[in-house]
Amino acid sequence: MLIKMETLTLKQLVDDLGFVALTDETRLNRTPESAYVSDLLSDVMGKAKENMIWVTSQAHKNIVAVASLKELSAIVVVNERKVSQDVIEQAEKENVNIIASERAAFETVGLLFDYLNS
Amino acid sequence: MEMQFHIEGGDFSGAGTASSEVKKVLKQLNISPMIIRRIAVALYEAEVNVVAHAFSGEMTVNIESDKIQICIVDEGPGIEDIEQAMQEGFSTASDKVREMGFGAGMGLPNIKRNTDEMKLSSIPGKGTTIEIIVKF
Repeated sequence: MLIKMETLTLKQLVDDLGFVALTDETRLNRTPESAYVSDLLSDVMGKAKENMIWVTSQAHKNIVAVASLKELSAIVVVNERKVSQDVIEQAEKENVNIIASERAAFETVGLLFDYLNS
Repeated sequence: MEMQFHIEGGDFSGAGTASSEVKKVLKQLNISPMIIRRIAVALYEAEVNVVAHAFSGEMTVNIESDKIQICIVDEGPGIEDIEQAMQEGFSTASDKVREMGFGAGMGLPNIKRNTDEMKLSSIPGKGTTIEIIVKF
């Protein structure tokens, strides 16, 4: 018998974990597959996989290019780091989701780890 | 099919433009997503190297039926010791560049890992040329 599992969306994850979507919420329909944590862009370029959530404290424009090229499902910017309007606009243009977490990286990743593995 | 891009040294917000354009074209050509991702990683790293280290660079992309060939010629300080530059973790990037999360010494190794052929040559004081090939 096939049991139909409800697929997790980013929207659900954002709501459940108390994160805030900085880019268009209606685009949070992707399904995240695991996550990758790094502030080194080349590390993410080299090791992150498609559909992963990228947790970082970098908030400049280049994170958009990295997430777009690697087809990551979202960027979670931690620790209340300010993401400027031009970065958000760039993300909208390239269909990249940016999510803010008010928690520090350790707590954010802990929450995500439990949530994605439950 | 040939594409040309100009890369400006220091223009971090423009880094990735050429890679995105090439990626779009490869998608239209129905190249396998896995191969496109490898090319995107290599191209982005090569672009960032010009932005972070050189004054300017010219990228020429040749797409053939069985492979993509990319050549980037930059004008800049060049690389004194190529073997050392290829080592994972080695970087001469400035503190400002490192703070942005670049300059971890992973760029060139990332290019090598994601391409089938990579040729790096440099004249210190003049510039660097990198040629890469990825087979479809």
